[in-house]
Amino acid sequence: MIFKKLALAAVGATLAASALSAVPAQAQENGQFVPGLVYRTGPYAPGGIPWADGFADYVSLLNARDGGINGVPLVYEECDTAYNNDKGVECYEKLKGKGPTGGASVQPLSTGITYALMDRVRADKIPMITSGYGRADASDGSVFEWIFTAPVTYWAGADAIVQYIEAQEKDLKGKKIALVYHDSAFGKEPIKTLQALAEKNGFKLDLFPVPHPGLEQKATWLKIGRQLKPDWVIMWGWGVMNSTAIKEAAAVGFPMNKFVGVWWSGSEVDVRPAGMDAKGYLAAQFHGAGANYKVHEDIVKTLYEKGKGASDRDKVGDILYNRGLISAVIMAEGIRTAMNKYGNKPMTGEQIRWGLENLKLDDAALDKLGLKGLMAPLQLSCKDHEGGGKVVIQQWSGAAWTPVSDWITPRRDGFLTEMYKESAAQYAKEKNITPRTCN
Amino acid sequence: MLYREAGQFKTSYAADQQIFPILQDRIGIGLIAVLALGVLPLFATEYMTTTILIPFLVMSIAAIGLNILTGYAGQLSLGTGGFMATGAFAAYKLSTMFPDLNIVFVFLGSGVITAFVGVMFGIPSLRIKGFYLAVATLAAQFFLLWLFNKVPWFTNYSSSGVISAPPRAIFGDIMVTGSSAHYTAKYLFLLVFVGLLALAAKNLTRCHLGRAWMAIRDMDIAAEIIGIKPLQTKLSAFAISSFYCGIAGAAWGFIYTGSVEPLAFSIEISFKVLFMVIIGGLGSILGSFFGAAFMVLLPVILTNAPHLLGLNIPVDMISHLEYMIFGALIIFFLIVEPHGLARLWQIGKEKLRLWPFPY
Repeated sequence: MIFKKLALAAVGATLAASALSAVPAQAQENGQFVPGLVYRTGPYAPGGIPWADGFADYVSLLNARDGGINGVPLVYEECDTAYNNDKGVECYEKLKGKGPTGGASVQPLSTGITYALMDRVRADKIPMITSGYGRADASDGSVFEWIFTAPVTYWAGADAIVQYIEAQEKDLKGKKIALVYHDSAFGKEPIKTLQALAEKNGFKLDLFPVPHPGLEQKATWLKIGRQLKPDWVIMWGWGVMNSTAIKEAAAVGFPMNKFVGVWWSGSEVDVRPAGMDAKGYLAAQFHGAGANYKVHEDIVKTLYEKGKGASDRDKVGDILYNRGLISAVIMAEGIRTAMNKYGNKPMTGEQIRWGLENLKLDDAALDKLGLKGLMAPLQLSCKDHEGGGKVVIQQWSGAAWTPVSDWITPRRDGFLTEMYKESAAQYAKEKNITPRTCN
Repeated sequence: MLYREAGQFKTSYAADQQIFPILQDRIGIGLIAVLALGVLPLFATEYMTTTILIPFLVMSIAAIGLNILTGYAGQLSLGTGGFMATGAFAAYKLSTMFPDLNIVFVFLGSGVITAFVGVMFGIPSLRIKGFYLAVATLAAQFFLLWLFNKVPWFTNYSSSGVISAPPRAIFGDIMVTGSSAHYTAKYLFLLVFVGLLALAAKNLTRCHLGRAWMAIRDMDIAAEIIGIKPLQTKLSAFAISSFYCGIAGAAWGFIYTGSVEPLAFSIEISFKVLFMVIIGGLGSILGSFFGAAFMVLLPVILTNAPHLLGLNIPVDMISHLEYMIFGALIIFFLIVEPHGLARLWQIGKEKLRLWPFPY
């Protein structure tokens, strides 16, 4: 009896709570609101946490060191998506309208969530920055007005990896390259580019999809190691799939220095679990590793020494931490560019889009930000939302990532740009979008 | 006292057979209809509509679908996610192949296509039962997702395998899918769909076919002896259940998220819908709504509760707390009432009839 009364009371309480949840959250401070779609839980949390920490630390640094951007403080709020598309949409809807001018920009750190938000950001006029993930053809700013792919896309990454392999092999004709990829929107992105390159350069491409979450790869690697014996393996993996692949590759004796991962397969959390097996493993990156840059010095001095850092002191400078950091830099500099034109007050999504489209991070600007050497210079425009970022190949020495190539410029002119354009035009047709004219 | 049917006499067969024989229920349902159709669209914020109401309605359709199969016909299925994916991809193919086709027909068409697929995977149910059938339907889940991942035709050769809903309108210019659609329009469109589908499901379960399903569920041999054909009955349950799941999948892709990759309909969603049906109440249309509400609303409330209470808890802690509290609540409700929330509601109604006099 009592139990049943309790249950009825619980149902009542649930209904009451659901009514309460409609009440808008508390008033916002007068600053630029920055929504953070992060994942600190779920199957991909080991990759999500350092990224979120890097992003949060850079925002805190701007607030603590400079009092925000041009004197306007940043109000940062996180929402946990668990790398789940529905939760990502929920988080986006929850955060997009906060602050005096709404969310500054969204960075979902998930190709799946990027797709789910693509239509929404266009309707809500909020820029979405997808640094090193998401939809590659969104680099065409005339169709994808609200999406920024700076500094590189997956297609550019695939091209850079092939350029590196070509430099090692001299001639790719007749070579065999295998692609091991996460069987999702993310993993499928490079296929088209690699197929085009295979045709152009005369190498043979074999595809090996790995189902989510990627713990079962024995059969894949037996086939690669014993039957196919490719010259190179490229991996498009994320989360637990990466370390599993490295371990399986080592088990079948595939040489690590012929095994190149995309940037999401090239962080400390991916290689450490594989131990010394991972030594020599290569990964493409669009930024440097380590904490030997001025920005890290500032972060340690202003945040960690006062106990205000989001992460542990020794995690500062990890690959994914640095990636979160430069993602925050691109957003912050976009906002700063917008403020320089529209005045020092919280910016709207439309103003920030202008800022991002006119963002210019040359060597001098990067030096000023304490980022020299950490990332390649960028310059975005209305037409080009990718900004000409570059890729570097790094090798795991067993203790740290060291670059083994110079900055590689992906072949955009006449190749990738054409592919972006063609794919974006098809998207525009499907969605009834009239591409705007950029001049 | 208030909820008492004394004095309500039925004078015709029609009155006796109506869905809500008690006046108070009719008033209640009328109030809910007014609330859902008139009041909520006016007052619900965009956040509330797009992240609470719309997923609740979509999952209600899926839960009704599975409830027909599992709750009424007694065929345990773990293929709901696969069938929903079929619906979503069928709707995508239909709407891109025939851009002028009205979105209502796109949804119905995707339901019909899914019904055919459901029948195909329902065939093993003629020979196997219970957990073994669950494993057979699991094959549907994995095969269908693999198919949509593998065959680029289904995604119109999109390089990433993601489909996104094309903008479509009803009544000329009222957009209900795509980014330009207003959230209230989406909500009302979906609400009408859910209302009609729920009404159809309720009536199906009260008619000849529904009774045949229940006979098969309760004892298939006895049902066969009294002249119910297992083949037609079981396959019709699969067909109609899949029809509902297909529409739910189409609504998920077109109205809720706006873009879908096969991964969105993973095995987790099959389990989720199964839990909705079990927690809501097997063999109850109302229970499907309760179950969907429980599974959709509660996580959202739990993630927002610390914020509303003014507590400053890190997001990862909130996510973990959500899982813990949610799990505990599921166990609590199943201990309190193993027959689900619908049964709890029924008990509550019986109590209300006597209230305030205990005997």
